[in-house]
Amino acid sequence: MSFYSPVITNAKEAAADDKLHLFDHVEDPEQFTLERYVQNGGYVAWKKVLGKMKPDEVIEEVKKSGLRGRGGAGFPTGMKWSFVPKNSPKPRYLCCNADESEPGTCKDRVLMERDPHSVIEGMAIAAYAIGCKLMFCYIRGEFHHSIERMEKAMEEAYENGHLGKNIYGSGYDLDMIVHTGGGAYMCGEETGLINSLEGEKGMARIRPPFPAVEGLWGCPTIVNNVETLTAVKHIISRGAEWYRSIGTEKSAGTKLVSLSGHVNRPGNYEIPLGFSLRKFIYDANYGNGILGGKKLKGVIPGGASTPYLTPEMIDVGLDYESLAAVGSMLGSGAVIVFHEDTCVVWTILKLIKFFRHESCGKCTPCREGTGWLELIIQRIEDGKGEASDLEKLDSICGNILGRTICPLGDAAVMPIQSTLKHWREEWQHHIVHKQCVVKSIFAFS
Amino acid sequence: MILTDESVRQIKGKAARYPYQKAAILPALTIAYKQLGYVDDKIYKEISKVINVPYVEIAEAATFYTMFPKKPRGKYLLQVCNNISCALLGSDAMIKYIEDKLGIKKGDTTEDGLFTLISVECLGSCCTAPMIQINDDYHENLNHMKLDKILDDLKSRE
Repeated sequence: MSFYSPVITNAKEAAADDKLHLFDHVEDPEQFTLERYVQNGGYVAWKKVLGKMKPDEVIEEVKKSGLRGRGGAGFPTGMKWSFVPKNSPKPRYLCCNADESEPGTCKDRVLMERDPHSVIEGMAIAAYAIGCKLMFCYIRGEFHHSIERMEKAMEEAYENGHLGKNIYGSGYDLDMIVHTGGGAYMCGEETGLINSLEGEKGMARIRPPFPAVEGLWGCPTIVNNVETLTAVKHIISRGAEWYRSIGTEKSAGTKLVSLSGHVNRPGNYEIPLGFSLRKFIYDANYGNGILGGKKLKGVIPGGASTPYLTPEMIDVGLDYESLAAVGSMLGSGAVIVFHEDTCVVWTILKLIKFFRHESCGKCTPCREGTGWLELIIQRIEDGKGEASDLEKLDSICGNILGRTICPLGDAAVMPIQSTLKHWREEWQHHIVHKQCVVKSIFAFS
Repeated sequence: MILTDESVRQIKGKAARYPYQKAAILPALTIAYKQLGYVDDKIYKEISKVINVPYVEIAEAATFYTMFPKKPRGKYLLQVCNNISCALLGSDAMIKYIEDKLGIKKGDTTEDGLFTLISVECLGSCCTAPMIQINDDYHENLNHMKLDKILDDLKSRE
């Protein structure tokens, strides 16, 4: 059995480059086995941690590395861990967020299917740092192959003493459960994930209290993305200074970025943060230009939740600060590219249908608002838009933004607002002429 | 009992690992769905007994998530991702193609009970679009030829 997914990666480049590391072995068809993983230096960091590091030293090292959450929020990982109360008598929990479901994002799946032990090793180190004895990997239910690989890897790790009781004779016990979801985007949000793990509906919780203080079953809980935790393993192996030397000053390290849509070479690529978006789309080793030699029309740089960029805006670094400076976000690392034959309204309709479907229904602005947005955008797309519709969209977006418990509401409106700003004429054309500027008809070849 | 002894054993095995039984609701529903292809009220009640969690809590969770339909579907569930990355590479046309090939509309099941076609939100296969999930398996980088072969192979197994 080799790879489940035929997705392209830049593993070769990663293996040859001292700075890239997450994808070093993902083209090795045996890397998912414990034997090969150990041959390739696996579980050395975990042994090092249990042998000679105190939990606080691990937290300090991760703080110094500058690692930030790779799931979308970009919060400093070491700082998040340090919010776990030191003297709490309650059990602490670690949840690996493997509910990868931000449209455009398919990077965590590569790690879980092809290098599952690296995820487990990162989880174990994080668990130790916060004093956790039972950790969870919450994987979206549709990822049957990731689930299978992670469960198998977990069993192997138990059988060989990397998990379980008294690991490596250190006296430290650590258990792991692979938990599967039921198909809800909301469970990628950390409090939604915690509710879902408890067997509840995947709805957000009001913060504070933050999960680090009161999370799973009211106990201190850290939720980190798959990629974040995998990076932890490499930081412990090679040191915070090495990690800090990669990327930009404020965005240290590398990022896995999924490139999809109208490019010649879609795939998952590991890049140092700050990498040029233009190069990412056009360089022969990455996107290799626009499909069919067409003209670029727009880019969604960080997954379906992030504001669109116009072709004039792509001379920007793929990192947290640079994308914020042009009004967008790095998000989960998902660059979606569309060319000149694409109607912007049509793309927005696809996204709002998604957000309306995935809104959990807890907060009124999001529950009702995403429905209204879909109705209005659908009628504009159908050539039945009314003159006042754009103002209505502006107003509804403004009334959702910042008025919901979790970021799903914001995520639903930010892309819409960005297109109303950058492509307003196209929206108006749609309403006045009752049709698209260009009809999005993409053939199935 | 509609759940088999094997399913019950699996559910109990999973549940035993959690500090609180309620956390086993989603794993239990998943196991039940794998056995039956649906999960309805009767099954909620059975799960309730197996993991000792009130029926209403099982029902509440089951009806929130999309992966536990109450009614059985075709033997092969064709889930076409129709979110943005797949749509940019022709998933709308792919749905139409499958509709024509199987003679059904999106949401329907073929008369022989073999295929149910639905469109779903992002399945995390964006760089290998367009794609389809058939039961547990992802089929990626699809074109007419590949899709025809997959569907014809499934038909010929019968």
